[in-house]
Amino acid sequence: MGTIGLALGQAAELIAGFDPRLVQIVGLSFRVSLSAVVIAALIGLPLGAAIAVARFPGRQTVIVVLNALLGLPSVVVGLLVYLLLSRAGPLGPMGILFTPMAMVFAQAILVTPIIAAFTRQSVEDAWREYEEQLNSLGAGPVQAALTLLWDCRFSLLTTVLGGFGRAVAEVGAVMIVGGNIDGVTRVMTTAIALETSKGDLPLALGLGIVLISLVLALNAAAHLINEAAQRRYG
Amino acid sequence: MVEGRMKAPSSLLPLRIEDVCFEAGGRRIIDRISLEIEAGARSVILGPNGAGKSVLMRICHGLLAPTSGRVIWNLSQPANGRHRQAMVFQRPVMLRRSALANVAYGLKLAGVERHERQARAQRALDGLGLAHLAGRSARVLSGGEQQRLALARAWALEPEVLFLDEPTANLDPGATREIETAIANIGAAGTKIIMVTHDLGAAKRLADEIIFLHDGRVLERAGAGRFFRGPGSREAAAFIQGELL
Repeated sequence: MGTIGLALGQAAELIAGFDPRLVQIVGLSFRVSLSAVVIAALIGLPLGAAIAVARFPGRQTVIVVLNALLGLPSVVVGLLVYLLLSRAGPLGPMGILFTPMAMVFAQAILVTPIIAAFTRQSVEDAWREYEEQLNSLGAGPVQAALTLLWDCRFSLLTTVLGGFGRAVAEVGAVMIVGGNIDGVTRVMTTAIALETSKGDLPLALGLGIVLISLVLALNAAAHLINEAAQRRYG
Repeated sequence: MVEGRMKAPSSLLPLRIEDVCFEAGGRRIIDRISLEIEAGARSVILGPNGAGKSVLMRICHGLLAPTSGRVIWNLSQPANGRHRQAMVFQRPVMLRRSALANVAYGLKLAGVERHERQARAQRALDGLGLAHLAGRSARVLSGGEQQRLALARAWALEPEVLFLDEPTANLDPGATREIETAIANIGAAGTKIIMVTHDLGAAKRLADEIIFLHDGRVLERAGAGRFFRGPGSREAAAFIQGELL
């Protein structure tokens, strides 16, 4: 207990004192996961809306696969991206393995299905309500999808925030494709794993506290936004 | 805005429905209906629940394709040319934006230029007594206000034909009166009104002619006065008497 208490105290000091190592790691985590989520949203939002509105053969299969990808294990994504980016892999010549860019790539792959699947669900629910009205007004499929995306904007914002939470908290993919190189590809989760095994509990705990606070804050923000939107827009 | 339409080279109407059938889940909902609907008089499609009224209206408006038979407008419509017809549904569907923006959205889809949209949307809101709600979020308005807004959105399109599917079924008497007055005004301004209802009161107040539907077939078509004085079919007589068909 004494050790934990001591470590917690030191962790608090690291956070309060903006310890440069901690700040550097948190900063990299943010940059990587935000970039990944932006990419995933740019792909996942239109993709989800398109699947919601379009009718094509094999659509049910696509939906099942998409939902299955929600549970994609991050180490497996890491492994696949590693194979793609390794020197012998098809994207090897890009030379981005063990760089933040590779981590962005892996996290984007992990989060895109999450955003696409939840977008598909939200937009399809809305489509059921709006379909006749939008058809009556003469909306084509693209117009309808855009309208529904905008009308679902608050629940989709929650989805995107959830995607960011997943990206920033995952460890397997960034560990494999980033390599956990100090000062270059070390993010919160990989640092926690390493520092814990090294026995440097204060830094591990400090990062853990930052990570948990971040995830809590994201969820609180999503909740408040939805509450406010419900009151304001119905 | 009405005069412009009257000078148009040709009219959507008459609407001809030829031998239209509609089946769903192995059940025949519309059974070989043929009708010709002319411009002018307000037509009310009346009948008990499950008679196929709403399905018939959706087929006319193009939301459903008939299983067999044809729907022929006097003027062939371009693929995206539905703006000469508009429809108001039983339950208004409002977008998550302001009342004014909901009306402007319909105009945008109808291809109205951006600078014209706001003014036309505002005029439509004024016309339905909704000007004071223009900036309010459409989905938090009351049921009656939302239905009037749905009418405003349809009316702003200056449609030649306005389809109404039980527009007052969910409303209290006060809101019903406002909606019916608005419908009558829109009809008086030159838009052809085609309304579906199972409500005898609404039919008596609004109909110039009645098209009586039962079990997917048109049993009777007559001027409203004559229909209510002496319906020609046993089913219509029973319906008017308030019997459950």
